[in-house]
Amino acid sequence: MSNIFNSSIGKKLMVALAGFFLILFLLVHLGINLTLILTESSKPFNVASHFMGTNIIIKVFEVILFTAFLLHIIYVLILQIQNWIARPKRYKIYNFSQISFFSKFMIWLGGIILIFLVIHLTDFYFKSKFGHIGEITYDNISYYTDLSSLVIQKFQIPGIVIFYIACFLILGFHLWHGFQSAFQTLGLNHKVYTPVIKKLGMVYTIVVVSGFTIIPLIIYFTQ
Amino acid sequence: MAILDAKIPEGSLAEKWTQYKNSVKLVNPANKKKLDIIVVGTGAAGSSAASALGELGYNVKVFCYQDSPRRAHAIASQGGINATKNYQNDGDSVYRLFYDMIKGGDFRAREANVYRAAEVSSQVIDHYTALGVPFARDYGGSLTNRSFGGVQVSRTFYAKGQTGQQCMLGSYSSLNRQISEGTVTMFSRREMLDLVLVDGKARGIITRNLITGELERHSAHAVVLASGGYGTIYYLSTLAIQSNGTAAWKAHLKGALFANPSFAQIHPTSIPQLNEYQSKLTLMSESLRNDGRIWVPKEKNDKRHPNDIPEEDRDYYLERRYPAYGNLVPRDVGSRAAKERCDAGYGVGPTGLAVYMDFRDAIKKQGDKTIEANYGNLFQLYDTITGINPYKEPMQIYPSAHYTMGGLWVDYNLMTNIPGLYAIGEANFADHGANRLGAASLMQCSGDGYFILPFTISDYMADQIKTPRIPVNLKEFDEAEENVRKRLEKLISINGTQTPTFFHKKLGKIMWDYCGMVRNEEGLKKAAELVKELKHEFWTDLKVPDNLNELNQEIEKAGRVSDFFDLAGLLITDALNRKESCGAHFREESQTPDGEAQRNDDEYLYVAAWEFKGEKIPHQLHKEKLKFEEVEVQVRSYK
Amino acid sequence: MKVRLKIWRQENAKAKGAFVTYDFEEVSPEMSFLEMLDALNQKLIKKSDSPIAFDSDCREGICGSCGLYINGRPNGPEKGISTCQLSMRAFKDGDTIYVEPWRAKPFPVIKDLIVDRSAFDKILHAGGFISVNTGSAPDGNSILVPKEYSDLAFDSSVCIGCGACVAACKNASAMLFVAAKVSHLALLPQGRPEARERVKNMVMEMDRLGFGNCTNTGACEAECPKEINLTNIARLNREYFTAKVL
Repeated sequence: MSNIFNSSIGKKLMVALAGFFLILFLLVHLGINLTLILTESSKPFNVASHFMGTNIIIKVFEVILFTAFLLHIIYVLILQIQNWIARPKRYKIYNFSQISFFSKFMIWLGGIILIFLVIHLTDFYFKSKFGHIGEITYDNISYYTDLSSLVIQKFQIPGIVIFYIACFLILGFHLWHGFQSAFQTLGLNHKVYTPVIKKLGMVYTIVVVSGFTIIPLIIYFTQ
Repeated sequence: MAILDAKIPEGSLAEKWTQYKNSVKLVNPANKKKLDIIVVGTGAAGSSAASALGELGYNVKVFCYQDSPRRAHAIASQGGINATKNYQNDGDSVYRLFYDMIKGGDFRAREANVYRAAEVSSQVIDHYTALGVPFARDYGGSLTNRSFGGVQVSRTFYAKGQTGQQCMLGSYSSLNRQISEGTVTMFSRREMLDLVLVDGKARGIITRNLITGELERHSAHAVVLASGGYGTIYYLSTLAIQSNGTAAWKAHLKGALFANPSFAQIHPTSIPQLNEYQSKLTLMSESLRNDGRIWVPKEKNDKRHPNDIPEEDRDYYLERRYPAYGNLVPRDVGSRAAKERCDAGYGVGPTGLAVYMDFRDAIKKQGDKTIEANYGNLFQLYDTITGINPYKEPMQIYPSAHYTMGGLWVDYNLMTNIPGLYAIGEANFADHGANRLGAASLMQCSGDGYFILPFTISDYMADQIKTPRIPVNLKEFDEAEENVRKRLEKLISINGTQTPTFFHKKLGKIMWDYCGMVRNEEGLKKAAELVKELKHEFWTDLKVPDNLNELNQEIEKAGRVSDFFDLAGLLITDALNRKESCGAHFREESQTPDGEAQRNDDEYLYVAAWEFKGEKIPHQLHKEKLKFEEVEVQVRSYK
Repeated sequence: MKVRLKIWRQENAKAKGAFVTYDFEEVSPEMSFLEMLDALNQKLIKKSDSPIAFDSDCREGICGSCGLYINGRPNGPEKGISTCQLSMRAFKDGDTIYVEPWRAKPFPVIKDLIVDRSAFDKILHAGGFISVNTGSAPDGNSILVPKEYSDLAFDSSVCIGCGACVAACKNASAMLFVAAKVSHLALLPQGRPEARERVKNMVMEMDRLGFGNCTNTGACEAECPKEINLTNIARLNREYFTAKVL
């Protein structure tokens, strides 16, 4: 066990495991977001957001989530730098052959996703964390941060909608390779199950990307 | 002729090796560490010898001209490796394999050596299996076999059509283990350019570092040559294009006898030459003859597509001439039969120098799947090269130069007449007589390396324990290095107009035309003249570019070709001397009325071992009389 | 036919190197690619130019000596072959063909198109073997191997060590090479006793030599002359984790 993460395969294992966690997180995030368009009331969304922001278990998971992001990024960077060093002299002509097309662009796609993440966190997460958002009451009982209004207000701006949709597409490309690649890194390759995993990865990617994309679109055109 | 003592142990044939092992001198482990052994070549023989000697504790230095030992040409062996396991319960035994080899070699091999090779064949299979060689298995998980030319049992172990690759990688892996343990030091991209004798004993070699061009000296208590055969003397052959006879030839010039040089096997089934630029011929494994039927049209110049030629218009000439063995006749017989048909005008293909090998019936009977499982990669290889799909139409094949039975003369210890100089694998002459049976080469090479040399060399090494490590600053090393340098400088300073390859091609053509499958007195004499003229032209009009002190592939080629000229001379001399037909050596003057080879046992029941006496002095012939105590010398018939 | 060749020329390991253009007209579609280079070299020598250095030996796709990066792909435009098996039929009259050596830090150029692949040997020294001494093996049939595993082991063992996987990989990773050897030995019962040590040592050596990391791109599988596939890499990962963690 000692130095497993010093080895190339160990580092990749870390990237894959963190990736899996992020894949699960995306599903949860999408689930909550969908309440914005599936119900008339803003209550389910705000209640869920409140829960996510205050529950102690979720807080623990939040730390894990950020750690996962950090590990995913740090290990990828180390691996990528090693990869660049491994070929100091480039080819003049490079007809890239591959089986998984987006693997070549993962680092750049990931970089864009990171930038998106920073903007996204500034837009919503930090604002809600540090109380810059107004409150709303339901049934005069309890007060909630009105994240819902903030989202709706943001997605009135065409530029932001386009930016988000573009970023979701890029996230999709990242996942298209990443999902099945994580299984391969974990050594899970099987003549029967791997094609199933690959299909599952495509379905997952399409669901996540279309789910996240449809939300700003619906908000933009209906509100 | 005292120097031709084969040192065959007393006792009955079946007991000789056991008794030898019981009485051979041993070296204790502490002393082995102080003894150095050089191994030249890393094929199935060299790698296995080096690793076995390393395991015993000797200090081993291994040399190869390739960038990695794994690339030695054993890697290209296709069909299989024989062993007397009798897993098929078809009556096989050590004696039967021994007899098949003696008969296949047309009674020109040494009984005791052949019997020993057959005896250790089982161990070779066990060892390779333990090393992880994935030989073909049946559904119960047991090893399975196929049948090969010249025999009537199934004793050939195989790994699809890549048996040589798998065995080679097996012995390479055992070599790697010894390298990692520090008992073996590997020197790749080195070419041996001379043998160093000190007080008449082999004590070292001079090598050229092929990257820097530097000449290097290496010393040892014994030198083992596992440098393979010289089939590339024909230029076009099934060998790797860099395979060469230089190491063996240099040893010959230092006094080692060269035995039966004219015994060169022409393999019956290779892809025919397609054009003049061709640099080599690709073998189609003999194993294909298990299911492939060989034929030509009954009519001359039948231009119909082979699939359109009906059964009654086909001449399955091997089945017709040799009903007992059919398509599985030994290689020399199969090759000559193909040549006979083509020379008579029945050949097919654009040049008329090809015959069909047809899988139609086998596919019909066994199905595409079975055929693919057995020969898939060979079919694919054929398709890649020719663009013809052998599942759909017959392959075209023609004989090509393949293996040389001749080589350095060795005694029962595998030692040449130079004390401390050993020759194993294809580099020696010992086991295959005048013709090698299929799947017997990997067997002999690995047997020599793993199971024979480690015992026999101990007999010599036991007397070396008082000899301290040999210093490389002796005057013998100075002289040898100087001679190598002079020869290289001479080659590069000719500065003529033609490349080494130009001369190699021309030499190959002469050898193929006059000293190939069929030979006669007149042709051989003509060839001798032509070779002499061409050699003169070579030494006056050769052009080698660039410098000696760098990677220079042309000087490598020039050196090898220069040795081939001398070897060609000896090959022709030997072929002229042997006025009989035996195995691969077919003299037109010596044949039966129906065109079969006719031996002359009264006069030629011997190994012709040639001694180099000096430039421009004829070689001296030494005869090792062959005594057959166990088998009766018969007419070799496959009818 | 006629081709324009742009060939990487580099005098030695330390020299800088550059592309040199050769217009070669005496090309026949029947030539193999290396025979075409042979013919060009004959011409260069006669003109007192320095011939192009490249490795090749068996010329039938099994020794693994040859390996050129042709028009942006290892071994040229066709699948499942080594460079010596590439025919000039794969090109058209008038084509421009770029020929480069394998490029990777652990494969330094020695001269022109020849690279030093001894890194592969070093990885195998670290564990690419089964430790059995000569003479100590049991009868071949005393170790039964299910045909399925034996066949799978064979599929992995056909690697010719040419380095096309490293050359093709955008990261210059040697994972397919290592995976093939690890798989071959791990699939056989004979190879199991030292499987854990083997995989750990080979991966450590691979990393030490400076190969890049696998990103599951699959260029290696796409370009391997022996069509060794990615399941081997998954098996290598699995073997490695179990050796390290369990």
